[in-house]
Parts: sequence; C-alpha cells; structure tokens
Amino acid sequence: MFDALQSIIPTVLFYSAPLILTALGGVFSERSGVVNIGLEGLMVMGAFTGIVFNLTFSDVLGSWTPWISIVVATIVGAIFSIIHAVASVSFNANQVVSGVAINMLALGIGVYLTKVWYGKGQTDMVDQPFYTTSIPVLSDIPIIGPIFFEGIYVTSYLAIILAFVAWYVLYKTPFGLRLRAVGEHPMAADTNGIKVYKMRYIAVILSGAFGGLGGSVFALTIVSNFSGSTIVGQGFMALAAVIFGKWHPLGAMGAALFFGLAQSLSVVSAGIPLLENVPQVYLLIAPYVLTILALAGFIGRAEAPQANGEPYIKGSR
Amino acid sequence: MISNNKMFGILVPIISVLLGLIAGAIIMLGSGHNPIRGYVALWNGAFGDGYTLGETIRRTTPLILTGLAVAFAFKTGLFNIGAEGQVIIGWLAAVWVGLVIDAPMIIHLPLSVLAGAIAGGLWGFLPGILKAKLGVHEVIVTIMMNYIALFTTNEIIRSVLTDGKTTTESIPQTASLASAWLQGLTLYSRVHYGILIALFAAFLMWFIIERTTYGYELKAVGFNQHASNYSGMNVSKNIILSMVIAGAFAGLAGAMEGLGTYGSISVMSGFTNLGFDGIAVALLGSNHAFGIVIAALLFGALKEGAGEMPTTAGVPTELVDIIIALIIFFVASSYMIRWAILRFKKEEK
Repeated sequence: MFDALQSIIPTVLFYSAPLILTALGGVFSERSGVVNIGLEGLMVMGAFTGIVFNLTFSDVLGSWTPWISIVVATIVGAIFSIIHAVASVSFNANQVVSGVAINMLALGIGVYLTKVWYGKGQTDMVDQPFYTTSIPVLSDIPIIGPIFFEGIYVTSYLAIILAFVAWYVLYKTPFGLRLRAVGEHPMAADTNGIKVYKMRYIAVILSGAFGGLGGSVFALTIVSNFSGSTIVGQGFMALAAVIFGKWHPLGAMGAALFFGLAQSLSVVSAGIPLLENVPQVYLLIAPYVLTILALAGFIGRAEAPQANGEPYIKGSR
Repeated sequence: MISNNKMFGILVPIISVLLGLIAGAIIMLGSGHNPIRGYVALWNGAFGDGYTLGETIRRTTPLILTGLAVAFAFKTGLFNIGAEGQVIIGWLAAVWVGLVIDAPMIIHLPLSVLAGAIAGGLWGFLPGILKAKLGVHEVIVTIMMNYIALFTTNEIIRSVLTDGKTTTESIPQTASLASAWLQGLTLYSRVHYGILIALFAAFLMWFIIERTTYGYELKAVGFNQHASNYSGMNVSKNIILSMVIAGAFAGLAGAMEGLGTYGSISVMSGFTNLGFDGIAVALLGSNHAFGIVIAALLFGALKEGAGEMPTTAGVPTELVDIIIALIIFFVASSYMIRWAILRFKKEEK
C-alpha cells in the first residue's frame, strides 16, 4: 500500500500540474463571462514558447533556463490571448468560435515556426528541462515525506500554491468581486461603475498567462520537445476541470488532481493489484464522462456564471 | 435593411477570405518566403491537374457534410462543436458494418452509409436530450463526447475489430464508395462517389430548412424558444431532432472517409479535424447550404493545395491552418467589417 502510494502520488502531481494551472486560467476567464474554448491553443503557445526559449538560451542561462522559460511562456500566452479578448469582448464575436480559431491559430503558428526555424516538424529535446527534486527537511518527515516531498517537481507545488492565490484573489479581494460581478450580471456591474470591458480583458489575459504557464510546464516536465502532437487535449481536459470544479479555483484544482489521477492510473495501473484488470479505456474517458454527469446534475449540479458566453453591449437590455 | 443584410452575407465572407490570404502573404514574407511562389504552388496543388483536382474534391466531400452538421444545429440556436466525435463514430460504424456484413452491393453499401449516419445521429442525440431536458450546455457536452468517441473508437479498433492491430482490414468492394470511373478520369486520385452524397445532403438541408414545416419549427426555436413554445411548438423535440440530424450529417462525413477515401479505419492519435474545420465551413458559408458547398470547396482546395507548398515554394503546410484560423476570426468579428463598410459608405455619400 505504502509503495503504491509512493509511486502514484508523485505521478498524480506530475500529470496534474499543467491541468491545474490551465484550469485556473479558465476559471478567471469564465468567471468574467468569457467562455474560453481556446485554453488548448493557449497551452500550445506556452509549450512552443517554453521549448523554443529553452533551446535558444540554455547555454547562456544554465540551470535557470526552465524557470525563465516558463515566465516567458506566461508572457507570450498572455499576449496571444489578447486576440481572443479583442474578438470576443470588443467585437462581440461568438466566443466559442473565437476560441476554436485560437486553437487552430496557435497550432498553425507553432508548427509553422518550428518548421521554418528548425527545418523539421519537431524541435530537438531541450537540455534544461525540469528535474525531480526532494525538498529538504520536509522529505525527512516519516511516511508523509517520501510520499509527498521526494522525487517531485517543484512546479507541481507552484500550481497548488497558485490555486490558493487565485482563490484568495477571486473571493477575498475587491478585484475578484468585481470580476465575478461582471460575469454574473454585467449591466448591474456597469451601473455600479465597474468597467466591464476592462475586467473582461484582464480576465482573458490572465487566462492566457495561466494557459501559457500550464503549457510550458507540461512541455518542460512531461515531453521535453515541441511538435504538433505535444498538446493533444490537455487544454480541453483543463476546461473539463473548470466545469467539474464548478468554476471555483480550488474546485478546479481538485478536479485537475482527480483527472491527473485518472491519467496516471492509466499509465501505472499495470503495477497495481485490483486495477490491472480495468481496461485502460475506462480510465482515459473517465474525466469526460464525469464532466457530463456533473453537468447533468448527477454529481452535484454545476452552474455556470450567469452571463457566461454573452457579449456585453452597452445600453442593451 | 434586408438587402443590406444580404449584401453583408456575401461581402463579409469574401472580405474575410481576402484578408486571410493577405495575412498569409505577410506571414510568408516575414518568414523569408516568396508569397507569389507560395500561392502559385497552392493553386497548382489544388487545381493543377486531374489528380489534384480529384483529391481536392475528395477533401471537399466530408467538409461539406461537417459544415452542414454545424450549420444545421446552428439554425436551431445550438452550437455543435461535437462534429468531430460524430465523424469518428460514423466512420467506425460504417467500416464496422462494411466488414461484418456480407451482402450484395445494392444492400451492403446503403446499409454501411446508413450505419454511419445513424451512429453520428446517436452521438448527437445525447447532447440534444441533455440540452432539451436538463438545460445542459451543448458546447461542453459535445466537446467531452469528442474525446469519449476518440478513445472508445481506438479501443474498439484494437480489441474488437482487430487483434491488437492499429488498422482494420479493408472493406469489401460491395461496401466501397470508390469509383474506378472517377479515378480513371482524375489520374487515379482517391475521389469517390461520396461527393454526390454530400451534394445531395446539402440539397436536403436546404429543402428541410426552407421548404418544410419541420424546418420552419427548427428555425423558430433557434430565433426564440419562448415564442415557439407559446405558439404550440415542442421545443425539446425540435432541439433533439436538430442535434440528431446534425449528428447524422457528421456521421455521413465519417462514412465518406471510411467507405470512400480509406476503406478502413485506423487508431487515431488525435482528431481528424474534419469537425473543427466544419465550424469554419459553416461560418464562412453563412450557415446556408449553397454557401457551405462553396466554403467547403475553398477549404478543401486550401488544404489539398497546401501539400504542394513545401516542395516547390518551401512554405510549411501549416500556413494554410493559420490562414483558415484568421478567416474564422475575421468572419466572427464581422462586427468590425460591417462597421468599416458602413463607415466607408457614409463617406461616399
């Protein structure tokens, strides 16, 4: 049992971190009333930027490379998401359509530039990915230490800490209250002097930042290079986590951890008694089936923010 | 006002395509390629000879059907982002029936095609009933259904249709849409009779929407659910019906791939993208049957032509994906284009 936990939990944290980060972005965007199907594309952008930056600057920056790579990917993700913000907030475009376009555009740009710069469909492996570490002191605690703090990626804890930060920002600060108000009832918020467009822009850009961060963490921990098939569905799984977590940062984190568990079980299940007979396909589709069940109200009803997906046009009723 | 709307309905897509192509040219310049050579290669790759022409038509065929799948649901105010999953399930069902059943062509082929449509329809039914009865948003459900379709289909190919292999055997001649006559005409491209089915489906959609009471009700529900309800229409029934028909169109697209182009089904590592491209097709075609055929031909040509760009102009094929994504943005942000046109007209006066 102990051995099983020691092999599962680091894997769960490892698979969940990118999902948690991207899902937090989804929470910000959707809480402000902008549906973000483009999370997948934002992750692609993040993964692409993280890998390319890492490859280019690893000689100069040495062991700091992965950290600076994810910061750069965060910034690029934020900038890229402005396209979605402009289309869906300023031009009243259908937010789902704009999100679909973001996904196509990110993949197109990523692979196009990879081919132009590297002359082939995928980049080389990076020299400076994230490595597992053991956290000093904490890993010496009996039982808990080896399970949670030995051989883990620091980025996993970064993701969990950021989830709590996001919760604090959304629920304990005036900024968060305003952001949520804009997503529930933009006209009322506007009447109270909250700038609806500005809040939505900020929220979408935050989702781009988190998506970029999530994508780069995925690329630099799990795959170590970039190609057209680096990000296949993780963004949509993060979107599922947003909904399964009921549009709450900590809920989304819990859902992402759970989906990470399902994903890692499908990888390590062969070594665990009980689970080795469960066909892999059930674990693969579990996140999606559960999300549908949650939406249908079988696992506690998931209610979207009231004005989610509706462009706000000043002066309309 | 009506003539204005009609004008915009045609002008917005044309301007969007032009803007998309201009942006593509700028990107080629930026990455050190010659845009004129790039676009000449694109044109030759799509319409250069009989073979490429045939392949362009082959690519257009499923795009027409997925475009219809998105547009049909849209008429009822539903966003069918699940065409992707419906294509995969339709593909699987068509090939499955093609492989398992042994019958003369006149029964076997229609049965296989129908199996694809029914499977796709079932895949649309679930989001439809969840929307109609529980008010669950169809966008999220259909996205989730896409992944469920992808993973279960892969599993079925591996463990039911084959013995751990990644590709099924080819379907027998009696279930095949392939046409020696069409192939001979186009220097042995993979063009098949499916294009006739796709064109007929487009006609069918136009007929249902514009000429039948069903279509009238579907549209009415799309415009205003409450008003439709008060005037005695069954809103739930119409929502479910719309998703089922939309799913059936997408399932047919899968059947075209399974029975026409490939004659088999393989384990997929990712989506076919036919469904997502269908969104672009429907959007550019203004959700109108005729517009969809034209838009599907445009995207089919772009995608087929892209294959020629790396070899003769050195431009990666992904340029076309970028162009298509930008076209979607421009059409979706038509607010901006409309505003610009109106501004321009005012100044003229």
